[in-house]
Amino acid sequence: MHDASGHKGISNIPAGSEWKNSARRYLRALWAIIWKDLAAELRSRELLSAMLVFALLVIFIFNFALELEYKTRLSVTAGVLWVTFSFAGTLGLTRSMAMEKDRGCLDGLLLAPVDRSAIYFGKSLGNLSFMLTVEAIVLPVYSLIYNINLFHPGLLLVIFLGSVGYVAVGTLLSTMAVQTRTRDVLLPILLFPLVIPVLIAAVKSSAGFLQNIEWVEILPWLNLLVVYDVIFIAIAFMLFDYVVEE
Amino acid sequence: MITVRKLVKRFGLKTVLRGLDFDVIGGEFVALLGPNGAGKTTLLRILASLSRPTIGEIRIAGYKLPDQAAGLRRRMGFVSHLPLLYGDLSAEENLLFYGRMYDIQNLTSRCQEVLQLVGLSARRKELVRTFSRGMQQRLAIGRAVIHDPEVILFDEPYTGLDQEACAMLDEVLREVAARGRTVVMTSHDLARAAYLASRFDIISNGEIVASVQRDQIDPNHLLAFYRQAVVSGNSTRQFQEHI
Repeated sequence: MHDASGHKGISNIPAGSEWKNSARRYLRALWAIIWKDLAAELRSRELLSAMLVFALLVIFIFNFALELEYKTRLSVTAGVLWVTFSFAGTLGLTRSMAMEKDRGCLDGLLLAPVDRSAIYFGKSLGNLSFMLTVEAIVLPVYSLIYNINLFHPGLLLVIFLGSVGYVAVGTLLSTMAVQTRTRDVLLPILLFPLVIPVLIAAVKSSAGFLQNIEWVEILPWLNLLVVYDVIFIAIAFMLFDYVVEE
Repeated sequence: MITVRKLVKRFGLKTVLRGLDFDVIGGEFVALLGPNGAGKTTLLRILASLSRPTIGEIRIAGYKLPDQAAGLRRRMGFVSHLPLLYGDLSAEENLLFYGRMYDIQNLTSRCQEVLQLVGLSARRKELVRTFSRGMQQRLAIGRAVIHDPEVILFDEPYTGLDQEACAMLDEVLREVAARGRTVVMTSHDLARAAYLASRFDIISNGEIVASVQRDQIDPNHLLAFYRQAVVSGNSTRQFQEHI
């Protein structure tokens, strides 16, 4: 939690029932932000439709560009999937934060008497739900087009962990990028170098599950994904205040 | 209620506020007037805790800024020239959302009350993006007062409004001020400021150069007072001697 200035401080952690009230207020604000993002998106469908059309176009283009036999298709699947997810995800992250900035709504959020990490986590969970929705639609379409079964529990776990890491960093950086004039260009330039570890680990572990490689060979990549997620969620939690401050 | 001492704000090499002093007592309606680039919006954003001062001391309702900003936010409302509203949510949903962010009890009845205050009860279910600029600005005021703040800051609330919308906004602002709230409003519209405010402060080049109470000046002389203050930085006393 934050101290009165909005920055983190152990000395200001409330005790007892006050802590319960703080936690209740925090969760209420967190849920309000998620609800607001989902409700607005259900009305406009701007973000999801853009992400989905883009993702489907990418897998169609790869299908026509790489006319491959089954074994080679299987080996490139992990790469194609993560290229698709990361590009579509960037599109969603830019749009999601631009919606806050364009009408001054980010100021509205910052004026609320809530811990600013609630804003970060609320936006992150909203972005994650959009990314997972797109992935849930892309997977069966990809399976159909490429004739590859992607419904492997291990692969689904990797997609979830990879998306968490991608969104954790992406939400923080899109908050930074949206405050500049070149936000559409700046986000991918900042984001892609930082998510390289996630993409490498996700591609390697996805390929491992698809090609039925031994568990012990996949485990280090899965560990990397989990560690990356934890570290970057913690970093974003600590930095969000400074990123939104003028 | 508001005390600002030696406030300096720099953006890189550019100094926007230069050792500004500013006081507002509880229940006052202060119109902050000044030319473009004088530092009005910067001052209001600092008071709203959206921007950090470079140097200076600020106390609002007993809270020291920026250290105690989180406590202050519960007691302050801010209306900008942007509506800070979500176009794809209805008027009622916007207020419900901000009400949850402020953890307001009996939120549904409070929303109805606020919608009535800003005259939008009949259109509460309509999406904000279908609203005119004037309606959006009235709802923005509703958003700012949903938590019944003691201090309300208005940053150019009349920007982009037609005459009819301005007149309706006048009534809403008078209604808000009549409830004993402390109000600071920046504006370029001297006639509206003269109609609403109980005190006029002129800001120029990052400093308050003149200040006058409503009962100390004929509203017809406000423009002359403003011009003299901006051009020569004349004090209130000098102006009163002049007229």
